[in-house]
Amino acid sequence: MKNRKQEKNDKFILGGHEFTSRFILGSGKYSLDLIRASVQQAGAQIITLALRRANQDGRANILDYIPEGVTLLPNTSGARNADEAVRIARLSREVGCGDFVKIEIMRDTKYLLPDNYETVKATELLAKEGFIVMPYMYPDLNTARDLREAGAASIMPLAAPIGSNKGLCTKEFIQILIDEIDLPVIVDAGIGKPSEACAAMEMGAAAIMANTGIATAGDIPAMAEAFKLAIEAGRKAYLAGTGRVLERGGSASSPLTGYIQDGSVKEGNKSYEE
Amino acid sequence: MVTINGEKREDCEGLSVTEMLKREGYETSRIAIEINGVIISKKEFNETLLHSGDSIEVVSFVGGG
Repeated sequence: MKNRKQEKNDKFILGGHEFTSRFILGSGKYSLDLIRASVQQAGAQIITLALRRANQDGRANILDYIPEGVTLLPNTSGARNADEAVRIARLSREVGCGDFVKIEIMRDTKYLLPDNYETVKATELLAKEGFIVMPYMYPDLNTARDLREAGAASIMPLAAPIGSNKGLCTKEFIQILIDEIDLPVIVDAGIGKPSEACAAMEMGAAAIMANTGIATAGDIPAMAEAFKLAIEAGRKAYLAGTGRVLERGGSASSPLTGYIQDGSVKEGNKSYEE
Repeated sequence: MVTINGEKREDCEGLSVTEMLKREGYETSRIAIEINGVIISKKEFNETLLHSGDSIEVVSFVGGG
């Protein structure tokens, strides 16, 4: 496997913005007081949020718990079609979060699989309004091409159903997208363990988005750090070029000559055979 | 009578958005407003008055994935 270009500063560029972290952290399902520690342990520079009816009378707001300088990525969860996603995106931008939006459109509430068709429609509408559109999608090559045409800044294919922690169920199809689509491929949904995040990065994913894998862990900030390290390891491995796989047979890692036999060492050690 | 986040509210007609938010206990810097499906920008809060029958949505960010 060839050594990919080792960039000194391996930057992750999204919609013209530069990031050094390739870990997008979700903020759902865990308590507000853990958010700051988790964001810090994760080294995350982007955090997702949802938009809902506001609380009255001074109850805590999540924005008070997110460290300064972190990019807010509102999702359009709750939207069942493109029009609802557009409405949520516009309202989110009005709250004040910059131009990033993650499109999440679900008709199916059992598996929470995204509606690829409506997602393409929403992407086109929102890209025209100047949003940096990050569409959550079911890994389909044709949809990914349509999303690119529609102006998406990245694609976010699911690894497994949201919240399932099942890992890289759609691995082969994510690999197709990484190989064929000229956009950052951010694996989102279903990643339950750091090893799975690492594997996705070794495949060449641009970044990982994870929420439940952290939120359901025993020690949430520690798991956020574990994910961070795994994502960094996977990226380093990808850039280094992982070694070739032998489909059959083995290939010795130690020399094939100079074995100790009959109490004497044979002369003429050869170097390793490939 | 107006509706705010799905709940009916009396005596809001004629109030500005700013006044309504204060009375209802919403933190202005953390929210966005829609009246009858139209987003009202923050700079319009003082001048925009509520009318009888208005349906108002007040939204903010929460944790999500």
